[in-house]
Amino acid sequence: MSDATIKRPAVRGADQPGLSIIVRTVTRWVKSFIFLFGIYIVCFGHLTPGGGFSGGVILSCTFILLMLAFGRERALRQLPVPRAAMLDSVGALGFLAVATIGLFASGVFFVNWLAVPAAGVLQRLCVLLGVQPFHLLSAGTLPLYNLWIALKVATSLFLVFTLLAMLRVNYRGEKE
Amino acid sequence: MNIETLAIVILVFIIVGALVAIETPDLLSAVICLGTVDIGFTILFLFLKAPDIAITQMVVEVVCLVILIRATIRRDMTLVTGERQFFGLMVMLAILGILALALVRIVPNFGAFGDPIFARAAQAPSQRYLAGALKDTGAANAVAAVILDYRGYDTLGEATILFAAVVGAVALLRPKPRKRPEERDA
Repeated sequence: MSDATIKRPAVRGADQPGLSIIVRTVTRWVKSFIFLFGIYIVCFGHLTPGGGFSGGVILSCTFILLMLAFGRERALRQLPVPRAAMLDSVGALGFLAVATIGLFASGVFFVNWLAVPAAGVLQRLCVLLGVQPFHLLSAGTLPLYNLWIALKVATSLFLVFTLLAMLRVNYRGEKE
Repeated sequence: MNIETLAIVILVFIIVGALVAIETPDLLSAVICLGTVDIGFTILFLFLKAPDIAITQMVVEVVCLVILIRATIRRDMTLVTGERQFFGLMVMLAILGILALALVRIVPNFGAFGDPIFARAAQAPSQRYLAGALKDTGAANAVAAVILDYRGYDTLGEATILFAAVVGAVALLRPKPRKRPEERDA
């Protein structure tokens, strides 16, 4: 029996686009953890090193890794370009909205309108509820800004990467 | 001439340059007009006492301008040989020498490594940020307090730049054109 007649075991997805089976398997395992780590970096941006920009980059890297490992269709099924563009605009508008609420709340654009007051009943209530420094719920509007910036950065980077990956220029210099 | 008049003059220059860049039919002229817009912004940043932004603006502008000019010129660049190459080399060496002289004068004023000047100046803004970040904002991460609270406008500007970049990418790199090929621009 020669080697040519031995039927190789069918590898699941061996004929799919993308990178090798090793990369695809590892990606299938770690993609959720990378996404979770990005969310952690965003949510704890006001307590630990990190924040909206770096967390957003990690979040977009999840989708870029999906696209590299499984091909374009798989990543675009998770996050189509129109939806990414919409989320991008939502992130920008949300950031502006939080800043504008400060304008209406106290007359100053970008004011920290959720900050715990320095003294009074409200301050003691906040301390009782656990809204104090070094806790997740602290720093007023800063976590909100982080969330919007993360949404914006994640979708922006994904959009730019996807559009550059989808761009095909033929020999005469015309876009296909 | 006070700073407001100067800013208005430069802004008018920038707006005129941008309008000419949009309206001119020749692509190369449009790119060069875009260069004047960037130069205007660089000068404006310098006069508004933001030399770091001015340097960034200048570097990005020069790179973009070179790429855009290279993209708009159809034919290939002619090769530079002989005396012109030697002349270019001399100019480059002279510029490098001037930069090295400037560095020799500038670097000793920086202070020791790990001991920046703003750490010694008591009224420097960074001292205030470090001392008051926790009390003012309640954020344990002083960097987050600076970029999202003390310098929120800076972050808003960065987000705007990112947004503009994505709008440009979506507009330029879209797979199918919005207009039919036989339709011409007005």
